[in-house]
Amino acid sequence: MQVIVQHDKNTAVISISGDVDLYSSPEMRKAITQLSKKKVPLIVVNLKDVDYMDSSGVATLVEGLQLTGKYKGCFRIACLKPTVWEVFELARLDRVFEIYETEEKALKVSPL
Amino acid sequence: MDSAKREDYIIRVEDLVVAFDSRVVLNGVSLNVRRGETMVILGGSGCGKSTLLRHIIGLRRPESGKIIIKGRDITQLDNEELSKLLRKVGVVFQSSALFNSISVGDNVALPLREHTKLEESTIQIMTKIKLDMVGLAGYESFMPSELSGGMKKRAAFARAISMDPEILFCDEPSAGQDPIIAAGLDQLILKLKKALKMTIVVVTHEMASMYTIADRVIMLRGGKVIFRGTQKEFKASDHPRVKQFIDRRPEEYSEEEIGRYARALTSNSF
Repeated sequence: MQVIVQHDKNTAVISISGDVDLYSSPEMRKAITQLSKKKVPLIVVNLKDVDYMDSSGVATLVEGLQLTGKYKGCFRIACLKPTVWEVFELARLDRVFEIYETEEKALKVSPL
Repeated sequence: MDSAKREDYIIRVEDLVVAFDSRVVLNGVSLNVRRGETMVILGGSGCGKSTLLRHIIGLRRPESGKIIIKGRDITQLDNEELSKLLRKVGVVFQSSALFNSISVGDNVALPLREHTKLEESTIQIMTKIKLDMVGLAGYESFMPSELSGGMKKRAAFARAISMDPEILFCDEPSAGQDPIIAAGLDQLILKLKKALKMTIVVVTHEMASMYTIADRVIMLRGGKVIFRGTQKEFKASDHPRVKQFIDRRPEEYSEEEIGRYARALTSNSF
């Protein structure tokens, strides 16, 4: 799994590629926690290149939601593939997250 | 006809023979499970279903035969190798087998704490997600003794899937559950298969459950496989025992069996 982070003062995009599982999800967590420590107002996780995510992956994203919520930041998911969407549905998290079709939309929409 | 190649099978059982003292419980059982399918093992009480499952997960060694999981014959592995192989295997035991001295949440979290390097905060969210999946959201701090039998079974289910196993074995998951919860567990099995690509083996005698979840079915009787095939083939089978099972007809004893029973009753010893 590969994690690429691009960010400025107000927004950050975490692009993940590869499988997110019990062994790789700590890498994604590291990126999320570092950005939330900096209190970046908007964090978007782009999952365009993720074909498989297990429940440690979705739990890590829930942590992102918790961490950003503490400073009233915004945590969004973009570009979910159907296979990963099914895992979100399985965990009933498809309605918990703000999920966008594209990274651009996730960055454009004003926080709710 | 089974058209899959040998390498397509994640589980292969070949000519398994199991005996308790002189009583042969499984007599030459063979079966193959394809990666990503749900296989249901059907049969009446005492036919050897649970015994077969206990051998497939390596809890007992058979008298003879091979049990090949992910290409490795587990009957030939030492305990350490077996334990490593079984880390990606989840099991829901008929008896639940929860640890009574720790909370429900700790039971579910235990495999994650033992076998992964995940942060405690991640483990706690995963535990909540798994308990929610089985309808036990909010029960993390309960002790197993505070749960009903059906709830214990669901907590055991949550523990079995805590590591998102590649293979999930369930021994009578619906037993002791009301019809709504049982249907919910069937739906969960379908979703786990679809979303996490799990291979699932379910031992049951619940026909409604079999019709909901099974890709393929085998039926055991007297320690032998008497049927193997799809649900459709099962329904259409003209095997008398399969038909009796489907029609829920009680056992009819032959004159010979009644004679044997009468002799046993009138003999002086056990």
